[in-house]
Amino acid sequence: MINAADTAWMLTATALVLMMTLPALGLFYGGLVQAKNILSVLVQCAAVAALCSVLWFALGYSLAYSGDGDWVGDGSAFFLRGLTRDAVHPGTHIPESVYVMFQMTFAVITPALIIGAYVERIRFAAVLVISTLWLLIVYAPVAHWVWGGGWLAKMGVMDFAGGIVVHVTAGVSALVIAWMIRPRHEFPHGIRPPHAPWMVMVGASMLWVGWFGFNAGSAVSSGADAGMAMLATHLSAASATLAWMAIEWIKFGKPSLVGAVTGTIAGLATVTPAAGVAGPLGAVLLGAAASCVCYLAVWLVKRVVGVDDALDVLGVHGVGGAMGTMLLPFVALVGAGGGHLNHAVAGQFNVQFVGVVAVAAFSAIATFVITKIADMLVGLRVDQEHETQGLDFASHGETGYHTNR
Amino acid sequence: MKLVVAIIQPHRLDSVRLALTEIGMTGLTVTEVRGYGRQKGHTEIYRGAEYTIAFLPKLKIEVALPDERVDDAIAAISRAARTGRIGDGKIFVLDLVAARRVRTGETGEDAL
Repeated sequence: MINAADTAWMLTATALVLMMTLPALGLFYGGLVQAKNILSVLVQCAAVAALCSVLWFALGYSLAYSGDGDWVGDGSAFFLRGLTRDAVHPGTHIPESVYVMFQMTFAVITPALIIGAYVERIRFAAVLVISTLWLLIVYAPVAHWVWGGGWLAKMGVMDFAGGIVVHVTAGVSALVIAWMIRPRHEFPHGIRPPHAPWMVMVGASMLWVGWFGFNAGSAVSSGADAGMAMLATHLSAASATLAWMAIEWIKFGKPSLVGAVTGTIAGLATVTPAAGVAGPLGAVLLGAAASCVCYLAVWLVKRVVGVDDALDVLGVHGVGGAMGTMLLPFVALVGAGGGHLNHAVAGQFNVQFVGVVAVAAFSAIATFVITKIADMLVGLRVDQEHETQGLDFASHGETGYHTNR
Repeated sequence: MKLVVAIIQPHRLDSVRLALTEIGMTGLTVTEVRGYGRQKGHTEIYRGAEYTIAFLPKLKIEVALPDERVDDAIAAISRAARTGRIGDGKIFVLDLVAARRVRTGETGEDAL
């Protein structure tokens, strides 16, 4: 039976999650690139959002959420055929239409997160090919494994809002694409700094608010679970923001804006899988751990491994999501207000670990193949002249800023 | 006639303008420019990575004036623009071949 309160909250949460892509992620990523590439990032976000929405309607939702196979859903809901106005999503009290739409916003933001890896050098056609294949080959099956009753769900894996399904898949795939497309030609020493740190902060702040829909909406109800998830989400973000600022203040003598809000996002990604069980104290601890570990991860990927994951999708999202997933059994212990595990702590950790490793490995291999296909079909990179000119004009015929600076 | 071109720190503009007004200069032109000298730019840190900013923001001021006013103007600009720290800028003096006030058609020093 449809519950009005649950439905009202889920409609709201859905709108919040779409706002995370349009425009929050666009602003967050757009401020980090050079002025000559700002529009290309915004176009990529808008195009991925539109493309993945239509794909979700046509194929994705069915592959993720219909049938009870271990590996992938069946075709019974292709093109959402059979979706009636009054259908209730099984196990919930909200209309099927709202559930489809809520999950669609997740299917939009996950491929959009990957944009951060390949900005400032990718061909626009490659963005579309990669996003299409990736949504259907990586995202939909993994969503089925974890949330659609697949093999990881049957093992009892816990991923409240997408530490595995969203952040591990996007982070690992981002690294693979960044490696295959090769670095921007100025990498590493000639890379220009973010052109608009204020825009990064505006985007991150909207992501922070949108994340309430993402995490508290993942309760799929408007009750106590949603309330506790929102509290945990906010506290983790706050704690991580402070921790990243502290790290920079100690290390460089000055806490930066870009650093602070990078901490925010690391804290949000990290609490995502655990928002349902962490409780307030667990969330504060997760947030602090998020900034310490993600700070190191960003440095490792760029400076040690030498892969130009331009906007640190793996370092911030992938590592955060994986860490939150694996720390989940432990933070569930510390917090009054936390939820219950499916297994004892050690057993739950094993399941979480298997989930992260299996999904990371699958994402890496599948993304390798997808990127090869995109390279053969349309080519991955623009030529160096266009890269220097900037993708705004070279790929889209527009210029972001008509000033003389 | 001479053209005095000074590259200064952006935050010294007001004091330079005041100093030039005090010695009776009636006009100047300011342009936002970027460049470096011995100061060699600086570094900024984002997400733990250092970025080299080779060209720093400076202001270029240009003043056209009769030969006998040049020394006063140079002294005024130097005094007002100086902080004593590296990056304070430079003053150049160029010969000015001709000048014309567009509105009235006056030429030479009358146009300054």
